[in-house]
Amino acid sequence: MIEFHQVFKRYEGGHEALKGVSFALKNGEMAFLTGHSGAGKSTLLKLIALMERPTRGQVILDGQNISQAKDRQIPFHRRKIGMIFQDHRLLYDRSVYDNVALPLVIAGVADRDIPKRVRAALDKVGLLTKEKQLPIQLSGGEQQRVGIARAVVNKPPLLLADEPTGNLDPELSAEIMSLFEQFNQVGVSVLIASHDLGLIARLKHPVITLKDGQTIRNDLIEEVHS
Amino acid sequence: MAGATAHKVSFLDRFKMALFLHKKNSTDSLLSILKQPTNSLLTIMVLAIALALPGIFYIMTNNAKALSSNWESTMAISLYLEESAGQQQAQELVGQLLAQDKFQSVSLTSKEQALEEFKKYSGIGDSLEMLTENPLPMVINVVPDEAKVALSELQPLVESLEKNPIVDSSSLDAEWINRYQEILKISEKIGSFISLLLAIGVLLIVGNTIRLAILNRREEIQVIKLVGATDAFIRRPFLYTGLWYGLMAGVIAALMISILSNLVASSTGRLAELYQSQYQLLGLSLSQTFTLVGIGALLGLFGSWISVRKHLKEIQPT
Ligand SMILES: Nc1ncnc2c1ncn2[C@@H]1O[C@H](COP(=O)(O)OP(=O)(O)OP(=O)(O)O)[C@@H](O)[C@H]1O
Ligand SMILES: [Mg+2]
Repeated sequence: MIEFHQVFKRYEGGHEALKGVSFALKNGEMAFLTGHSGAGKSTLLKLIALMERPTRGQVILDGQNISQAKDRQIPFHRRKIGMIFQDHRLLYDRSVYDNVALPLVIAGVADRDIPKRVRAALDKVGLLTKEKQLPIQLSGGEQQRVGIARAVVNKPPLLLADEPTGNLDPELSAEIMSLFEQFNQVGVSVLIASHDLGLIARLKHPVITLKDGQTIRNDLIEEVHS
Repeated sequence: MAGATAHKVSFLDRFKMALFLHKKNSTDSLLSILKQPTNSLLTIMVLAIALALPGIFYIMTNNAKALSSNWESTMAISLYLEESAGQQQAQELVGQLLAQDKFQSVSLTSKEQALEEFKKYSGIGDSLEMLTENPLPMVINVVPDEAKVALSELQPLVESLEKNPIVDSSSLDAEWINRYQEILKISEKIGSFISLLLAIGVLLIVGNTIRLAILNRREEIQVIKLVGATDAFIRRPFLYTGLWYGLMAGVIAALMISILSNLVASSTGRLAELYQSQYQLLGLSLSQTFTLVGIGALLGLFGSWISVRKHLKEIQPT
């Protein structure tokens, strides 16, 4: 699904956030990305979503070197990825329903198919009864679940989550993680950046640990050999 | 606050259908403009004034041109005959000119009549008694027929009349009309220049309005880009907004002009009656009105296009 080959990322200003990272996440695999603050976790996820470009090395998604994607191809690339953020990134003046419907509208899904799919996604995260509310009227955990529903409504083959449980209490965090596991069980590849070492240890998925932009632990294979 | 929310609501509504229906998209932009009446109205009024000014200028020069051709009938040419010319020759020339059918009237003033008139109007009649000979020439007064001689043909006509051997010199009481036409030409040039400046002004105003709309929704645009929206998708509602601004401003400008020309027409109408003139104020024709509205719409669309091109690129999700 995702392959990193000796990926370097130097930000403007000279800071080298990633220094030669290599790993491969296979189709349908679920893995955690961990490391100290500033280790480069968010940077790694941004490279996958083409929010940043690598300075060197290759980022490959589904066999395609996305580092060479043209700007106008980026939207179509992003439609294949469901992204979840610590700060949710919802539209706060729109209802829960509209937030979840957004990727479908953007992708040009026919009007009559939208309600069914939005409700299926909301049902999955247990928010079916809250579709008319505004995000502001929900708790932090519920807002995060709206973000998850929005990420999965288009049935993308890959989910990326950046500290999805950052602000949540342990019980809610476990709930959110089990949601990700459910999506993983139906074949979605999942990569989650997280600080929560205890939770990560309990869940028994492969872990990549970054330190100052370098891999110090990699439970995944380093290269896909063909 | 309520206004801002309503605005954003329709912004997303526009996103909903954008890929399928331009029509839906355009009505939503219209709704969002109508939902923010004060802000939008202010902008639209400024745009309308900027569009109306060139229109008013255009009407003014048009009318000024029409006026000058109306006033031709007061043109008179005086032909001063040679000292040597006799009464007989003068009468013949008058006959020839009358036969040409170009003139309203042709009349001969004899030396004696000329002297009489001079005595009467100059106030130095007594001193003229000392002259042994009458120094004044015979004069033929010619009034061209407005319907048959165009203003531009006046000068050549005078020149051809002067070629007649018994004509010494002539005077065309038309110097002022030449100047008037020169002034018209200059003011037309100034008018086009000002129109150009105002058109640029319209572009800048629309561009800035759209820029603010884009910046206001910076975060929304970032989120929408993150979930895979193309630039075209994001651009479209802003383009429609610009188009609507220009269109509405054009309609209001046309209204302003028609109110103004009706007001002026009713007073010039009375004036013209008084002077028994045929003069009628020219407003904007139907096709000119459509042109004005069309120019407004195009400027609105173009202004927002420039702005969107520049500012959407700058907004990238982080
Ligand atoms: N846009 C940027 N410009 C310059 N430097 C950046 C930028 N984004 C991140 N960095 C730097 O790159 C390094 C890695 O940042 P990154 O956000 O990937 O860390 P992280 O592992 O996600 O940390 P955290 O756990 O705090 O979220 C940091 O030192 C950060 O200061
Ligand atoms: Mg981070």
